[in-house]
Amino acid sequence: MSSLSYYKDLIFVLTAKEIKVKYKNNFFGYIWSILHPLSMAMVFYFAFKFVMKIPLKNFTLFLISGLFPWQWFSNSVGASSTILIGNASLIKKVNFPRHFIPLAIVLNDLFHFVMSLPVIFGFEFFYKVSPTLAWSYGIPLLILTQFLITFGFSLIVSSINLFFRDMERIVLIGLNILFYLTPIVYDISLVPERFKTFFFLNPLYPVIEEWHGIFLKGFIDWRLYCISLFQATAIFLLGFLIFKKLSWKFAEVL
Amino acid sequence: MKEAIIFENVTKTYPYYGYVTAGFKNFILHLPKAIKNTKKRFVALDEVSFKVYKGECVGVIGKNGAGKSTLLGLAAGVLKPDKGRVITKGRVSPLLELGAGFHPELTGRENIILNGVLLGMTKREVEKKMDQIVEFSELEEFIDQPLRTYSSGMVARLGFSIIAHLDPDILLVDEILAVGDIDFQKKCMDKIMNFRKDGVTILLVSHNLEQVKKLCDRAIWIDQRKIKAIGDPDEVCKAYSSLLACV
Repeated sequence: MSSLSYYKDLIFVLTAKEIKVKYKNNFFGYIWSILHPLSMAMVFYFAFKFVMKIPLKNFTLFLISGLFPWQWFSNSVGASSTILIGNASLIKKVNFPRHFIPLAIVLNDLFHFVMSLPVIFGFEFFYKVSPTLAWSYGIPLLILTQFLITFGFSLIVSSINLFFRDMERIVLIGLNILFYLTPIVYDISLVPERFKTFFFLNPLYPVIEEWHGIFLKGFIDWRLYCISLFQATAIFLLGFLIFKKLSWKFAEVL
Repeated sequence: MKEAIIFENVTKTYPYYGYVTAGFKNFILHLPKAIKNTKKRFVALDEVSFKVYKGECVGVIGKNGAGKSTLLGLAAGVLKPDKGRVITKGRVSPLLELGAGFHPELTGRENIILNGVLLGMTKREVEKKMDQIVEFSELEEFIDQPLRTYSSGMVARLGFSIIAHLDPDILLVDEILAVGDIDFQKKCMDKIMNFRKDGVTILLVSHNLEQVKKLCDRAIWIDQRKIKAIGDPDEVCKAYSSLLACV
């Protein structure tokens, strides 16, 4: 039996389950998944453009080109903390690669992210930003780095939460802090010089910055991309190692 | 005869994760005790050795907490022994408890595909067997309804119907045949008999001694983390029940 095609099937059905469940729960599944980041964008637009008077051009476009990728990251990582407990009965009985469970979550949110790209394109059109050639390779490349980061964090969070069950709460707080420490609702140019280097400690910063770059300026900053790819690979490997080390104990603690 | 499952001096211990699974907060609050506890482990199975031959049906009996489920977990490969070796030959399929791995929002049909693949079939294999599975479950009318509308008996029927169409070399059964109405229970028993006839190796955990006597070629009695007796199911069950009667 070729296990590779079997694993492909397994990833497929697990991801399809997540996607179907998300769409079936409510009739307007797709609309809802887009409405959430869009409504956040509206609120931030009001708060930062009208109240705080942040001096940025195309601010709506700026907001959604950061919020949509953020949504993918935060949904996946947020859901990861409880995902193994939710599948306890399977983990205790069936022997299949455990990392497929968080993988299905990340792929599900990736699917939604890709489905929401037309909304970003719509705003590009509205703001008369024309597409560039860099989109054709830049978007897939950025999806790759963000996938590695998201999957890496998912693996860490999901496996550790089994042993320390309050990880779930730490993740919620952490995501909240990370959101404001990443230049999503403000631009890095507004950050005082002495804080700027610290931003490179945040693995999400280069990725979000690249998303801004490609959707607002239409190009990829290769230096920044190399940094983010390096960070992403490191996080992915770290996550994979932690998960692999702990996965033998999953059935013991569930 | 060829062996299908081999346990060689298998010892399995579990950690005391109480302080850990209570969260970081508790772990830090009770730090000295918690650290001491992470090293302590309790023994669930102690130096257990036995062989199950190909095509055999072996029943595992014993009191609650004796280590029966640990034994199945080791055979399924979801637990790793601390000492010794567990060897299984061929495709191992566990019989899942009621509705495990099902999703309430998906339809019966979608759940069949999901569960079938989780249990080791490829998607195409499940699709090929779909009609047979649906027919066996007798749920034709409801098969395209979401699972949350099913009664628990219907869920069990759907679950067993998937198992019944697997093509395992080794089947692990953990106390499952007590679900559904009498007709369906009989159908399940018949199906297990069929598996036996087809040469599937079966390891079955049960509290139902009559069932063990009827289905199994041999029985293993586990008591206090060790094998107390192994052999003819009638004799082993007799010894086990006479002990129960004494207490």
